[in-house]
Parts: sequence; C-alpha cells; structure tokens
Amino acid sequence: MPQSLSTVGARAAALDPGQLLNLYRVMRTIRAFEDRLHEEFATGDIPGAVHLYAGQEAAAAGVCAHLDEERDVIVSSHRGHGHCIAKGLDVTEMMAEIFGKRTGSCAGKGGSMHIADFSKGMLGANGIVGGGPPLICGAALAAKIRNDGGVGVTFFGDGAVNQGTTLESLNLASVWKLPVLFVAENNGYGEGAASDWAVAGGSIAGRAGGFGMPGITVDGTDVLAVYDAAGEAVELARAGGGPTLLEVKSTRFYGHFEGDPQTYRGKDEVRDARENLDSVRRFRQWMAVSGQFTDSELDAVDDTISLLIDNAVAAARAADSPESSALLTDVYSRY
Amino acid sequence: MANRKISYREAINEALVQEMERDETVIILGEDVAGGAGTPGEDDAYGGAMGVTRGLFGRFPGRVLDTPISESAFIGAAIGAATRGLRPVADLMFMDFVGVCLDQIMNQAAKLRYMSGGKARTPVTIRAMYGAGLNFGAQHSQTPYPIFASIPGLKVVVPAGAYAAKGLMIQAIRDDDPVIFCEHKVLYDEKGDVPEEAYTLPFGEASVERDGDDVTIVAIGRMVALAREAAADLAAAGVSAEVIDPRTISPLDLDTILESVAKTGRLIVADEASPRCNVAADISAQVVSAAFGDLKAPIRMVSPPHTPVPFAPCLEDLYLPGAEDLARAAKFVVEWSR
Repeated sequence: MPQSLSTVGARAAALDPGQLLNLYRVMRTIRAFEDRLHEEFATGDIPGAVHLYAGQEAAAAGVCAHLDEERDVIVSSHRGHGHCIAKGLDVTEMMAEIFGKRTGSCAGKGGSMHIADFSKGMLGANGIVGGGPPLICGAALAAKIRNDGGVGVTFFGDGAVNQGTTLESLNLASVWKLPVLFVAENNGYGEGAASDWAVAGGSIAGRAGGFGMPGITVDGTDVLAVYDAAGEAVELARAGGGPTLLEVKSTRFYGHFEGDPQTYRGKDEVRDARENLDSVRRFRQWMAVSGQFTDSELDAVDDTISLLIDNAVAAARAADSPESSALLTDVYSRY
Repeated sequence: MANRKISYREAINEALVQEMERDETVIILGEDVAGGAGTPGEDDAYGGAMGVTRGLFGRFPGRVLDTPISESAFIGAAIGAATRGLRPVADLMFMDFVGVCLDQIMNQAAKLRYMSGGKARTPVTIRAMYGAGLNFGAQHSQTPYPIFASIPGLKVVVPAGAYAAKGLMIQAIRDDDPVIFCEHKVLYDEKGDVPEEAYTLPFGEASVERDGDDVTIVAIGRMVALAREAAADLAAAGVSAEVIDPRTISPLDLDTILESVAKTGRLIVADEASPRCNVAADISAQVVSAAFGDLKAPIRMVSPPHTPVPFAPCLEDLYLPGAEDLARAAKFVVEWSR
C-alpha cells in the first residue's frame, strides 16, 4: 500500500517534474551504491572499513538539492558516500576510491572515509567524529567575506552532536552569523550506543535555541519534508540570517561499519525499518501516486542507475592500484 | 633600502601588515587579535595577547576577526577557509593550547592534501607563542613544536630574531601548505636589523650565524642567542664554534648541519623542548645515521630536564638551559677522546 508523504510544504510543492525526478535519482543512486557496496565488501576485496548510508538518503538528497556546485560547500562524516553522490561527485571515481585504485576520486590515497572533490565543493568525508563542523565554519566564513551568497553544510551524526568541536562550531557560527546549515542525522545510534541515551536533554534540535539559532526536527523518511526544511534554512543563510540546526530523524539499514554484528539493535528492528521506514520506496510511491510519473518511467531510472553501478564496480575492479611512487607525493604542495 | 632596529613583535606585525596590503585574501583570526569584541570599551583593546596584531583591526576592516574561546572551532575554521581560497593567519596564542585543537591541525590540515590525492590546498598559517622564562607556569611555558615537526604535511618555523621573524612570516603566508609559526614569548622585545621592504626567507635553509672549526652548535629559537653567547665565551677559551640556526625544523636543512659536522667532527644541539623525542634528539639521530664516520665525539643534546615547567623563578631559572650549559657541552665534546 503506497504511503503518502506528509502534507507537502510550499517549497516542495513548487518542484517541477524534472526536479522531483532528480531527487529520486539521487536517492536511488545512493541506495544502489550502498547496497552494492555491502555485497562487494563481503567478498573481502575492499580494503579497510566502510560505513553505509542506506536508509538515510533523504537527508543528503533533500538538502543538497538546494546547493550549487560553484559557491556552496559541504563536508561530511565517515558515513559520507550519500553526501558525495548528492553533491554530484562522480560515482565511478568514488567506487574506484573505495577499492583503493589510482583512478579513484583521491587517487586511492583517501579511501571510503576521506572521499573528497574540492572542485565540486565537497571538502570530504571525514574520519574524525565532529571533524567537519569547524571546517565548514571556515568555508562559510570565506563565502561571507567574498559575499557570494554561498552556504556551507556540515552533515554529522547523533554521535557528533556531543563532540566539543560540533558545539564550538554551533557557537562560532552563531557569533559570526555564518551561512551554515548544521545537519544532524539522528539515525538512533552513535556507533553502538543509542542516541536517546547519549544525547542529554532529549532533543538535538532543542540544543539550537541555546546557541540562538533555529532548530528544526524533520522526518528523515520524507524527502520532501527534508527539502522544505532545508530550503528555509538555506534561504536564511543566503540572506545573511545566520545558521540553522536541522535534525533529520532516520535509521540506518546497515551496521555502524560493514561487519558490525549489530547485536545492540532490537530483534526485528532492521527488518521493520526496511519495511516501514524506507524513504526511497516512500518517495517513489508518492511520485507514482502523484500522477506525474509512470512506473515504467521510474523503472527506467532504476535500470540506468543499476547499470551505472555495475559499470562502476567493473571499472573499479579492473583499474590499477596506485604506483609505488604515489606513496611519497602530495604531502606538501611541491613534494 | 634601509635597515632599522625593530623588535621581534614589530617585525611580525610589519610582515602581517605588508602581506595584508599585498593580498586581500589574508585574514587574521583568534582570541583578542583585536580585543574588545562586544564590549563597551575600545575595539582593538589588545591587538593580540602580546600586542603582535595591534593596529590591524582598524587598518583592515572586516579582515581581523576576534573569536570566542573555542580553539577547535576557529583553528578548524581557519583551515576550512584556507581550502576555499583565503590565506588565514590564525592566532593560537599559547602553543600549550594545542591540546584543545590538535585534531584540526593533525588530522585535517596536515592530511587534506594527501588524502585527497593532491586536490586540496590548505595555505593556513597558525601562529603561537612558546617557551619558558616569564614565570607563567607549566601550562603556559611549554615548547610543543616537536609534535608538529613529527607530523607529515605540516611545516614548522621557529624564528630566532626579528630579521628571521619578518621574512619567515611573509614566506609562511605565501606558502601553500599549513605552517605552524612558533614565536618565543621572551623574544618579543628583542630588537634586530630588519629591512623596511617585504622579503621572504626560504623554508628548509639554515642560517650559519657564526663560522667555526672546532665544534658545531645547532640551536633552535631562543637558544640561538645563547649559542652566540656561548660561542663568544668559547672563543675566549680558544675553542672555535660554528653556530647554525635551522630556522625551520620542518622542512629541516640537514645538509648544512652535515657539512658543518664534516668540518668540525663535533656536535651539540640546543633545544628548549622537553628532552624525550625533541628536535635535538631527532637531529642527533639523523646526523649519526648519515655521518657516523665524521664524528670524533658523542653528540651532546642541551635541553631542559624531563619535568613540567616550574613556577618559582629560581626553579624556572634552573629549568632553562643557559649559555654556560651550551658552552660546557661544547667543551665536553671538544675535549672528549676514547
């Protein structure tokens, strides 16, 4: 039974079919990418650790739909693939990076937790919880000094909400009135601890008032709700009105890391989440019901994405590892 | 153009002024770099804790930014802004405060270029004061630069006097890599001959402060002045000492040191950082590794003892190496034989 999304807000209502389709495409690409990575990781061919974003797509898609490549900047967390895709990074390069190949976004030198594309305003996934917010304050400061209307968005989790760097950044962005959107993705768990337990005060968005900025809570299974809330915050920032804290409540379908036995979760929790809290499926159903899109049209989008991911994996597997000389390069600007 | 005698503090201020005039992307941020933020009294009330940035707030509107006391946030912001086309000079104030923001320096600034496969550029300069001698006690008197020197991706600059301070600061701002600029707090009033015009001093090039044949004295930061004093005393005793100031400990000009050791065969290294894993230990190990055959005596490292910096003036005096400690170490290696 198709689930309808909440009453569509004014901004979302103004989206044309092309824009709606793009929202869907971004979410579906993220889901397909992460699901495929789950399989590929299980083969043992991916080095190191990956942290999958499936279940949280609406946050990345709904927020990044408001951003442009030139003047807007994002930074992300260790669970960064979704934000990279939503910001327009090349999926093939991303996959190669995760496989540690020289054709990767970072020439194989960063890996899953450090995928970045500075030319597209993506300052990187970040392996340090809370590492992103201070950097985005800086990016926003640069935009403010240049007066180009650019905004900075920092995506972080419920775990980072308690990190000193995040709290300092909320304060600094308020004191300096920086064009920042702080997106706290509350997926219920900071690694193996419940966010309900770890976040004192019971509400992430509720902390915003303490810093004098708006705090909005939004259902992260509803991409149009995220789009609407983010739109308000981005508009405020561009107009010089300062930062906003957006708490997006969602769930992650996979573990904290791939290989996580997830014994800290309820017995049927993940299964229930996949059935009832799937933002991609909900949006697709909404699109179909809206009368603007046919199933076959949407199937075609799904197939294109499937092919893109297949090709990305094949290309990644076929690509070469970095040259040995790459070990010693890019430490400094000249050597 | 003319030289005139100005202080270490004035030299750094002048470097900042000249670079800010030349390049509009240079901004300054930190606690009380102007001073008076939001207060009923004067703006520019401090000009930095030690007055190094005095006058810049009024001269460069919108480019000198006071911050709340949140090093992680504003040092991180300086780094983030650097990746987006600005050249921030962030004031960490006391280098001892690095503890509260080390992640942004160590895991972000130092590594963004490498992790991104060369795509990130982080031209940030972080300046801070280090060193004992003003009775500020253990948490405001340390010499933490070995931490930075050990981190790949950072450059670490330690000017010994006003002339080096100006040239190295201008170089630091123009450099495209993250630079940690280490100012010894006791040196701020020390005057030196400084050209009026802007000039740069290259990183990774040591300065031979005094030529000599019998012993090489490598000294860092404030130890350079003590080394010159010791060399004068040694000369009176018939020992000819060569004094080398590395100026930057990362990159380090090992070649100049090795050339000197090839000539003298004897080396002492004076470093105010705590003795375990300090730069003296690093230089000594590198010299032994590269030039064991040139050495006629063991290397002597002159550093404070392995203790926090004490408060009582008599104890702080004991803590700090003096010129006589350097001279004694030099005589030891000169007189040493199997």
